[in-house]
Amino acid sequence: MDEPQAGGERRYGRAVFLGTVATGLSSLLWARPLWSRVSHAAGPLESLVPLVPAGGWRIYTVAATMPRFDPATWRLRIGGRVARPAVLSYDELRALPHAAEVRDFHCVTGWTVHGVHWRGVRVRDLLDHVGASPAAGGVRFVSAEQPYVDSLTMQQALLPDVLLAWEMNGQPLPREHGAPIRLVMPEMYGYKNVKWVEGIDVVAHADNGYWENLGYDRDAWVGRSNGYSS
Amino acid sequence: MTARYVRRFSRTERAVHWVNALFFLTLLGSGLVLYLPSLAAAVGRRPTVKDVHFWAGIGWFAALALVALAGDSRGLARTARELDAFGVEDRRWLAGRRPAPQGRFNAGQKLNAALTAAFTLLFGASGLLLWLGERDTRYRFASTVILHDGLMYASLVLLVGHLYLAVVHPATRHALRGMTLGTVREDWAAEHHERWNAES
Repeated sequence: MDEPQAGGERRYGRAVFLGTVATGLSSLLWARPLWSRVSHAAGPLESLVPLVPAGGWRIYTVAATMPRFDPATWRLRIGGRVARPAVLSYDELRALPHAAEVRDFHCVTGWTVHGVHWRGVRVRDLLDHVGASPAAGGVRFVSAEQPYVDSLTMQQALLPDVLLAWEMNGQPLPREHGAPIRLVMPEMYGYKNVKWVEGIDVVAHADNGYWENLGYDRDAWVGRSNGYSS
Repeated sequence: MTARYVRRFSRTERAVHWVNALFFLTLLGSGLVLYLPSLAAAVGRRPTVKDVHFWAGIGWFAALALVALAGDSRGLARTARELDAFGVEDRRWLAGRRPAPQGRFNAGQKLNAALTAAFTLLFGASGLLLWLGERDTRYRFASTVILHDGLMYASLVLLVGHLYLAVVHPATRHALRGMTLGTVREDWAAEHHERWNAES
C-alpha cells in the first residue's frame, strides 16, 4: 500500500548539517571541560581501553628526525656562569641525588596527561653541584633536537619541583619523550619541558626559546599564559 | 541476457566524491602521522608532515570549489536539494519499516552526505584555528584539538561503514560501479532505489 509522497517532504538534510555544524562549533566552548570531567571519571577505564593513543600523549617535534640516545657516547654539558663546568655521562648524572614527582602534564594546545610519574635529579641540585653563580638570571636548556632550546629564569629553575627526568612511569624515558633526559617543569606548559636535553647554560638572563620566538609566552604558567586564564 | 544500465551519478557528482575521498585520505594519513606517537617516531619530519597536512586541507576546499564552479553547478544544486529532502518513504526507511521504496539516494545515504558535509566544514574550521592558534594566541582554544580529533574518530566510523557497504557487502557493493563509471544495473536500481528507477 503506497502512501502519497506529496506534502510529506521534510528538510532533514539541512537540519542534520546545520545541527552538526552548530554542535561542533559550540564544542569549542564545552569540549575541553567535558573531556576533563570524563577522563577524570574514566581514569581507570582509560588504562584498559585507550580512547586516545599512548595514554593521551602526542609527540611534537621540530626537526627531521628524533635524536637517538647512545649511552656510550652521550654526555650532558653544563656550563656558562658556573664555578665548576661539567660534562656528565648518563651514569654520572644518575649518581646524583634522585627526586620524584607525580604531576599532570599540560600541553598548550589543549591536551593533558594526568598523573605522570617522573624520576630524575632536581635542577636546583644540579645547579648546586656545578656551583651556579647566584647573580645569574637564567638557565638555558639546549636540546639535541636542533634548533630546539628553551630557558627558565633562575627563580623558576630553582623551584623544588623542576626536574631533569630520566624515568617516566617507572621506565627509562622513551625516545619520543626525550631520551635519555628531559626537563620537567610541571607548572608550565609542555613546550617549556625541553626534550633530549644535552646542554645546560647558566646565563645572565632567560632568553626566548624556540616557541617563544614564534610568539608563545616565556612565562608559560599553566592556566595563566598564552591567552588562557582559569 | 544482457544487463541494462541506467545512469546514476553525473561526472560532476563523481568528481565531488573522488576529490573528497582523495583529500580525506591524504589528510587522514598525514594526520595520523602527526597524531599517533608510534607513527610520529617512525616517520619523523614533523614540520614537513605538518606542511603536507595543512596544504592538503587548503587543497581540499580549493578542489571542491573548483569542481563546483567548473562542473555542472546547477546539477549539484539539484543534488543538494535531493539530499536535503526526506520524504514519507525515507522516514519509514529510517524507522526500519519496510517496504520503503527509496529514491536515487536512500535515507542513510542522505544522512551520510549531510554528516560528511558538516564534518568537512568543521574539519576546515578547527584545522584553521589550530594553524592560527600556533601563530596568535587570540585564536587558541583549549577545545580545538579535541574537536579536530573527535571529528577524525567520527569520520572513521562513517568511513568504515561506507567502505563496508561500497566494497564488501554483496547486496550493496554494486553501487561502487555507479560512483566510478556512472551507471548501475537497472534490476539493481529497481531493487534498491525503486522510486528513482520508476521515475527515470
